[in-house]
Amino acid sequence: MLRIQCPFCGLRDHSEFSYGSDASVEYPPLDGSQEAWHDAVFQRENIDGVQLETWQHTLGCRMWIVVERNTRTHDILSVRPAHDGMAQALNTSLITEPDQ
Amino acid sequence: MNTRRLPTGGQINRAKPLEFEWDGKPLAGYEGDSLASALLASDETILGRSFKYHRPRGLMSAGVEESGAIVTIGTGARRDANVKATSQALYDGLVAKGQNAWPSVRNDFGAVNSLFGRFFSAGFYYKTFMGLPPFEWGKGTGAWMWYEKIIRKAAGMGTASREADPDAYEHANGYCDILVVGSGPAGRAAALSAAQSGCDVVLVEQDFALGGESLSRVEEADTLSQELAALRAAGVRLMENTTAFGLYDGGVAGLLERVTDHLSAPPQWMPRQRFWTMRSRFTVIASGALERHLAFGNNDRPGIMTANAAKIYLNRYGILTGENIVIATNNDSAYLTASSLSNAGACVTLLDSREQILNSSQSGVQSTGVDVKSGMSILNAKGSKGVYSIDLAEKSPDGWRAKNQMACDLLLISGGWSPVVNLLSHRGLKPVWDSVNACFIAPDHHEPIAMAGSAAGIWDHAGCVQSGEKAADHAVAHLHGQRAETSNKSGGWQTPIEGLYEISVSGHQHKSFVDPQHDVTADDIRLAHQEGFVSVEHLKRYTTLGMATDQGKMGNVIGLALMAEALGKEIPEVGTTTFRPPYTPISIGALKGRNVGSHFRALRRTPLHDWNLNAGGTMTMAGLWHRPWYFAQPGEGIGEAYVRETETVRRTVGVCDVTSLGKIAVQGPDATEFLNRVYTNPFAKLAVGKARYGIMLRDDGFVMDDGTTWRLAENNYFMTTTTAHAAKVMTFLEELLQTRWQDLRVHLTSVSEQWAGIAVAGPQSREVITECAADPREVTDRALPFMGVIETTLKGNIPVRIARISFSGERAFEIYTPSDYGPAAMDMIWSAARVRKGCLYGLEALGALRIEKGHVTGAELDGRVTIEDAGLGRMASDKKSYIGSVLKNRPELLKDDRPRLVGIFPKDRREIFNAGSILCQNGNVSGYGNGWVTAVTHSPALGHWIGLGFIEGGHSNWIDREVVCADPLRKGNTPVEIVSPHMFDPSGERMYG
Repeated sequence: MLRIQCPFCGLRDHSEFSYGSDASVEYPPLDGSQEAWHDAVFQRENIDGVQLETWQHTLGCRMWIVVERNTRTHDILSVRPAHDGMAQALNTSLITEPDQ
Repeated sequence: MNTRRLPTGGQINRAKPLEFEWDGKPLAGYEGDSLASALLASDETILGRSFKYHRPRGLMSAGVEESGAIVTIGTGARRDANVKATSQALYDGLVAKGQNAWPSVRNDFGAVNSLFGRFFSAGFYYKTFMGLPPFEWGKGTGAWMWYEKIIRKAAGMGTASREADPDAYEHANGYCDILVVGSGPAGRAAALSAAQSGCDVVLVEQDFALGGESLSRVEEADTLSQELAALRAAGVRLMENTTAFGLYDGGVAGLLERVTDHLSAPPQWMPRQRFWTMRSRFTVIASGALERHLAFGNNDRPGIMTANAAKIYLNRYGILTGENIVIATNNDSAYLTASSLSNAGACVTLLDSREQILNSSQSGVQSTGVDVKSGMSILNAKGSKGVYSIDLAEKSPDGWRAKNQMACDLLLISGGWSPVVNLLSHRGLKPVWDSVNACFIAPDHHEPIAMAGSAAGIWDHAGCVQSGEKAADHAVAHLHGQRAETSNKSGGWQTPIEGLYEISVSGHQHKSFVDPQHDVTADDIRLAHQEGFVSVEHLKRYTTLGMATDQGKMGNVIGLALMAEALGKEIPEVGTTTFRPPYTPISIGALKGRNVGSHFRALRRTPLHDWNLNAGGTMTMAGLWHRPWYFAQPGEGIGEAYVRETETVRRTVGVCDVTSLGKIAVQGPDATEFLNRVYTNPFAKLAVGKARYGIMLRDDGFVMDDGTTWRLAENNYFMTTTTAHAAKVMTFLEELLQTRWQDLRVHLTSVSEQWAGIAVAGPQSREVITECAADPREVTDRALPFMGVIETTLKGNIPVRIARISFSGERAFEIYTPSDYGPAAMDMIWSAARVRKGCLYGLEALGALRIEKGHVTGAELDGRVTIEDAGLGRMASDKKSYIGSVLKNRPELLKDDRPRLVGIFPKDRREIFNAGSILCQNGNVSGYGNGWVTAVTHSPALGHWIGLGFIEGGHSNWIDREVVCADPLRKGNTPVEIVSPHMFDPSGERMYG
């Protein structure tokens, strides 16, 4: 079981969270081109290594977070609120090593 | 085998005899016995029958690797199959039975299989029954499906009880700094040292007694109780009967605690087993090592066990396992066992395959009268239900040659030791081959895990203790954020082990077992190689090596060695298979814990739940919700009840609990803009005091959900969603605000639990509302027109929000009141409806009403449907952009022949048809057809059955065409007519009027 350091609640089991999607995707504006939307919705890299993911602390504070995770080792390198304003307010843009 | 219990010695309590039953025979043992030791002391030698050949099997070990004494414990509903007698604690009244045998393990009819043993080679069943050659060649799977039923009966293990499990199981959660697995010398040293450094330590032991290896070493056993007391005093939490079965990400270990499996009469309040999720910051694996067998002729006979097992039975259980004992070894560890057995009074011969034996390891034993023969081993064991003599083998320049016979009554094997690296392996770390110690050990790694003791390939007591202390240092350093390594060197024997796995001499053909539990022989491995299975992963699956309940604990290394030899490679080149959790079997009961029966999943009750039950409602599940299904009057079944309810709603008025709809408070200065972006239809100009029906799409352009949103104030909206999609919608809206649209000042609150919802529908609904309202002027047609919203109170000061909206197609209102007011509001509304000859209605009538109107729900909005498909294209604004507006216009989704929502009538109006049927053109019932039926009901308004569904191109495409509703498994074909989905009151006069 992954353990995720929620910036708002602390270290919790991943079963409290729901995986969202690829956090590196920049969604086009609502009136963007069909190609841009197609790529944002359907094109996904299958990364062997570190990737950015969105998760929601569904059974906790319900905040969306961005998790930097190594798909090979399952190591979580950093966690931050998905909302930039929240991240700034908490001043925890990078939380390393949930263990320490 | 001449076994006897010694008058003194061991960790058993001779003052406390326990009675138990084996295959119907009353026997006795002592407190502290395992079932295996008690059977052994009672001279029961045949305890099981093998998987395929039904060969008699006895004890092969004294631990979890046991592959012979696999038995069934308990009776009736508590019958537990495939229990290893070696790890089952004896208790008073225990009932055990042999399995995979008829009539009994001593005399098993199935042993006839043994005579045909030469045919039952690897892959025999598949080769033979995938179509019996040559007649059924090519019939493959079909033939196999038929034969499999018979084969499954003949080959196998015990049978589980068919009754429901009467025991309770629990899930528990634990936290600690350091988890230590194993209570042997290394584990205890690690736990003590770590606890003394101030760490919170949990030590788990799978056995029913703490101590591990020390339990079977006389001098260590004496001080064990003091050591355990010291551990407790240092604050270590000790858990016996607890297996760490798996190690997962984030320092999470799965533990199985057997709470009552060792108790004679467990108190009813105790769970049988507890499944722990243990989260530790560091793990010390001191899980020990398992002694290996050797492959030689008839090496599975009762009376052949590991040398270590004999030592455990002697020193822990006070049982001398034989009188005339031969030990075959390739390493130093058996020497201590040899002298203990000799000291206990047995005549012991030690065959050491090594030609060079250092005096130091020899000298200790010679004084005790052990006859040591070097360069010797064993070729074949004689006897079927026991061993009476053996054929010796002697080293020769080109291998082994047969030597003389020798009489004995017990044969002990020490083929080397395999460190238990399973838990580390669960972390995805492949063990590496240590050629000096002839075993797999842990690789270098950076996990917060340290190996200690014989699990790290350390064989001497002092080395084990030291490695435990080092592991604790490593752990403590890690907890303080320092990088540290456990650099334990494997080893500890005075003379190197010899890598010996099989003893065979050409011309001497015997069955020699590698995996005794699955009856995989050395020849099977070679045959698999001959047939081209060169990868160990393929070898394993083809021969089933290591796939029995011991998961290869006994035989895997031998199998790998034989494969390496066949391939002409070294063992590390062949590799090893991956160990996966669980380390030892776990009951399904423990996995499910308390999640059984009505606790299988969460149950959501509306605030009107009891009210509905008191009113005679029959409930049904809608997602997690319990909703009223129908309210039957005396003599009515569901069919009569919902038809009456539907009719009553259309004629007078009906009242229904609609609390389960999702409700979200959308608030903030940008709430209007937000709604305008998520709904397909315009929300920018929705007036305060008005509601609007809206549709949301997903990013990919398909319909996600629908519902009404009420504007209560300038910046305050009340959104309702379908029952099924409430959670999904909430999550998606939160995602949008927190990730993509961070600039929008909107706050979302799920208020589904805060408001009870009541629908009042029918021509007389206005009168009901008027009677209930505190101020009737507020709910007049003018004050509350179609799609109007007010916040007001009912009589008695009950706060409510009322919207005039309709799902039924009648004039209707939805009334929401804070949950605690629900029953009071319902009382009032229902009495006003009842005097008007109204009714309560449930989900079934709700469905009938909306099908008549062609209103869609989850059955239609299944995630594959576009807004056009659902017939709601007019709701898709082309004047604004919204979620899904771009991708809904993909060319494929704009095709005219996509399935569109339609209404369905049976041609013969007396006929019934089913939801889930396929719509096909007449005469062409094949493939996916042209459409499907999503919902059906009897329509009282129309007087016959009707349905909703989707069909290519929609209604206009199928006028005057012959269509059948195909339901081949239930009803057959029903000719139907495709009509507009708006089957009742298409102009909506009843709703708007």
